[in-house]
Amino acid sequence: MSDRKDIELVAELVPHGSRVLDLGCGDGELLALLARERGCSGYGIEIADDNVLACHQRGVNVIQLNLEEGLALFDDKSFDVVLQLDTLQHLRNTEKMLRETARVGRIGIVSFPNFAHWPNRLHVAFGRMPVTRVLPYEWYDTPNIRVGTYADFEILARKDGLRILDAFGIQAGRVVRTLPNLLASVAVFKFQAGA
Amino acid sequence: MHFAAPLALASGAVLRDYDLAYETYGTLDAARSNAVLVCHALNASHHVAGTYAGVQKSEGWWDNLVGPGKPLDTERFFVIGVNNPGSCFGSTGPTSPNPDPAAHGRAYGSDFPVVTVEDWVDAQARLMDALGIERLAAVIGGSLGGMQALAWSLRYPERLRLCVAVASAPNLSAQNIAFNEVARRAIVTDPDFHGGHYAEHGVVPKRGLTVARMIGHITYLSDDSMEAKFGRDLQRAAFGYSTQEIEFQIESYLRHQGDKFSEYFDANTYLLITRALDYFDPARAHGGDLTATFAAARCRFQIVSFTTDWRFAPQRSREIVKALVDNRRDVSYAEIDAPHGHDAFLLEDPRYHGVLRACFDRLAIEAGASASRSAHPHPARSLEGAGSSQ
Repeated sequence: MSDRKDIELVAELVPHGSRVLDLGCGDGELLALLARERGCSGYGIEIADDNVLACHQRGVNVIQLNLEEGLALFDDKSFDVVLQLDTLQHLRNTEKMLRETARVGRIGIVSFPNFAHWPNRLHVAFGRMPVTRVLPYEWYDTPNIRVGTYADFEILARKDGLRILDAFGIQAGRVVRTLPNLLASVAVFKFQAGA
Repeated sequence: MHFAAPLALASGAVLRDYDLAYETYGTLDAARSNAVLVCHALNASHHVAGTYAGVQKSEGWWDNLVGPGKPLDTERFFVIGVNNPGSCFGSTGPTSPNPDPAAHGRAYGSDFPVVTVEDWVDAQARLMDALGIERLAAVIGGSLGGMQALAWSLRYPERLRLCVAVASAPNLSAQNIAFNEVARRAIVTDPDFHGGHYAEHGVVPKRGLTVARMIGHITYLSDDSMEAKFGRDLQRAAFGYSTQEIEFQIESYLRHQGDKFSEYFDANTYLLITRALDYFDPARAHGGDLTATFAAARCRFQIVSFTTDWRFAPQRSREIVKALVDNRRDVSYAEIDAPHGHDAFLLEDPRYHGVLRACFDRLAIEAGASASRSAHPHPARSLEGAGSSQ
């Protein structure tokens, strides 16, 4: 999700003037973009010292927290949008954080590497774990402790009573709406807490 | 600077007239928009930065943070350090003459009125009035100094752009008050205390002050940093089998710190300042609701804590952050994984200082601080003010 174009595609999902919480906000690039071009406000959550510093240097409000500890700091529905981009695959408590995202935000937006993208399937078919641009790590040193697919997320969302408002894949900076589980390396879901 | 108008205190008492010792660094810009107030903690003073010409070891207590080219850059900001009333470094305090005719010109001693964090902030605000500073770019402090910064944001919400509270808390825990009480008992039970009027007896309760400082000092360090610095290292090669002599190096260190402190710090001031710490609790007026308390705040906030600080633990800073988030205030929070315990706020850590540098860079843009040159401290009267502090 560090790609400029990917970030812009996600930014377009965020309504103008939204109050945004960005979980795992990295260096704050998206929040800065949302503030500058869409009049949004809010906070980023980061654990890594270098990213926290980068956010400060960008002038982005950042709160240094470990997401594994949950979002007790934030009240129900206290944000218009909670973003969880390229983050959930690093979390032990993936499902809990998804529920927390839906609790704290009126809308949740997640993105993650789609393990079912066809080149990954090919790698596995030939007996090897995929090493690609979106999944650049060897199996033994990957920070991605959760590997899931576009289709897997749909099932998890249903299980947790999340209503999917929009969903698509991103491949090479383009939105993929046809067979995203096969044709996109990144999955994007926009959702809210159950009906 | 002398203030002739009385200062009404939280206790109902009145400070009839008083002096405030202060120092400034850098230049106030034409728009008077680049002033930053630095609030001191327990044992520090208005001497925040720089050195006094020809005086050895006279660095200000936050000299690693404040100065030309430093994170709080005195080439851009006009930095003000002020000694709080009740302290003992030049501002009116227990060692000053009591103006009450019944006192016959004696020092206040223990008759100096109890002062609160809010009283200090009121006094500081008067100094800002006198300096012609309507709105501060920032108020910054660590520990008890951070409490003053927080009190500024609540008491004078329109008079600051940025509040920086480092290693602070919305109030003291029972454990914290307990440590303060041990320190106070050490002082008042010293036979040389004489009900707080020891000056009239020509003595100082040095033993009590020493013990107070020793217990305080333990709580400013982390278990790990003490272990790394001293471990079980002995003074001599073998045990001396003595209960009175110094056996372990940590004992030697604590006694040295305590002795040094008792040479320059006033016992009544120690009692007053620990009490101000105990009393600080802005949420008390809101039924303990910190979110309701911070509804009054308007400025941007920078909160910093240190993971190994068990005296003002990160959890306490997170409470402040939560209250600010609930009120949709602009806030950033850095939780620095430093090994030094509470003392970390006085030390130079690249992550910590990096965050504050970025924070003040942003402030300089917001406040339109001019890049004026000339950054020589204007030394006021001073005694030793450096060292670790609460």
